[in-house]
Amino acid sequence: MLTLKCPCCGVMTDETELHAEGEAHLKRFGPGSSDEDFTGYLFQRENPKGIHFERWRHAYGCGKYFHAARCTVTLEVFGTYPAQTLEPPQEIKDAISAKRPGWSWREMSN
Amino acid sequence: MKRYSAFAVAREALRGNAGWQRAWGAPEPRPAYDVVIIGAGGHGLATAYYLGKRFGITNVAILEKGWLGGGNTGRNTTIIRSNYLQDASAAIYEKARSLYETLSQDLNYNIMFSPRGVMMLAQTHHEVRGYQRTAFANNLQGVETEFIGPQRVKELCPIIELKGPRYPVMGALWQPRGGTARHDAVAWGYARACSDMGMHIIQQCEVTGVRSEGGKVTGVETTKGPIGCSKLGVVVAGHSGVVAEMAGFRLPIESVPLQALVSEPIKPCMDVVVMANTVHGYMSQSDKGEMVIGGGTDGYNAYTQRGSFHHLEETVRALIETFPMISRLKMLRHWGGIVDVTGDRSPILSKTPVEGVFINCGWGTGGFKAIPGSGWGFAELMAKGHSPLTAEFGLDRFTEGRFIDESVAAGVAH
Repeated sequence: MLTLKCPCCGVMTDETELHAEGEAHLKRFGPGSSDEDFTGYLFQRENPKGIHFERWRHAYGCGKYFHAARCTVTLEVFGTYPAQTLEPPQEIKDAISAKRPGWSWREMSN
Repeated sequence: MKRYSAFAVAREALRGNAGWQRAWGAPEPRPAYDVVIIGAGGHGLATAYYLGKRFGITNVAILEKGWLGGGNTGRNTTIIRSNYLQDASAAIYEKARSLYETLSQDLNYNIMFSPRGVMMLAQTHHEVRGYQRTAFANNLQGVETEFIGPQRVKELCPIIELKGPRYPVMGALWQPRGGTARHDAVAWGYARACSDMGMHIIQQCEVTGVRSEGGKVTGVETTKGPIGCSKLGVVVAGHSGVVAEMAGFRLPIESVPLQALVSEPIKPCMDVVVMANTVHGYMSQSDKGEMVIGGGTDGYNAYTQRGSFHHLEETVRALIETFPMISRLKMLRHWGGIVDVTGDRSPILSKTPVEGVFINCGWGTGGFKAIPGSGWGFAELMAKGHSPLTAEFGLDRFTEGRFIDESVAAGVAH
């Protein structure tokens, strides 16, 4: 079972206590944006085979949203961090680079 | 290619089975083909077959990174039905179901189609109303289904416990011409027919890149070297996003594991397929006697080909309530496949931003039942640039808001 640490309340949680909310760090395009941007924001997903930055909600706990960096092939978790950020913190990036040499953060959903 | 027949079985029995031919070839790739299909699963092979059969395009290679039919074609619960709510869905799934009826004769390969009937249980008042609506829609679409009451459910499937306690059976949507087929045989039958038409099925050949010039596809990079083509069909299910990224575009798709399991074989006890969408479990009995059980998808993206154990537990816990007799059954094995899920739970059969690249994906948790219809329509789309069967399933529906919404309409389990 997947276990993640909720950075809001500090509890180590099982996936049954959480709800996955999909890709993180999406750039929001609202009314007035182009059709292409709006479609991209609503539907197009990176869906990577590898490192995935994703939103979770501690649904049956503190109820807060947070982010996680996880490999979709090995289910390895590189860390969780608060949702109030535009990109992952440096220690998460370092943790991924240590395990996946050559990996680099790139701007997503553009 | 020698035909399979009762006479051939008798002839080979008398001469030590020395005369059987290889069912399909194992060729080395040529430098280029008219059409390259990525993915030798059911949908890819069916596409190639109908390209040859309907449009005479036989200079075709089907590339497979693993082995033929080794992905979701060999991992599903083999259910065939077409009782969808929306017209576009009913059309393509009913086309598929009707092609399945004569596919063994068409391919000269026994795919063991068994139209034993599919029953979708209504276990809440909401489901009762939903399935009655679907039955009316199906009547208008020319799909034979009916809403039946609990007593008829019990007659058709005596091992069902109607009373609950949590989820009483209040009726069911019954499709008598639905059923099951041998999933591997569908892939093998199409592969044999494709090979017979001179097409190349190249296994252990992973696509690593898509070549294009001026926005038009020119070929693919593979682990067996570059292969040129003027048209490329991407039919790779769970890995659609990976191949789309090679070609330079994104898809409205997320990949998640879906699990299934089978029990030890027991004597015949159930001759219909039963789906219970409220509890998200479905069950049928294979010809060997195993109870084949399908569960729900995981909640998060993964490419692991195994799922979370608690999803299996939820499925089995709920099914035991509806089928008390399975509570003592031992489970033999369980597995997972990676399914490609779209926002409206309907597939994508479409042109793409790269000219000459066509994509057939997004079948999510219910692709097996659609294989012949998907291949029929997608082959037409690739050959002619348009198909009435696939017209509604374009990528542009997400920009234009023309969803074919099956996720809340027709029962989430496929």
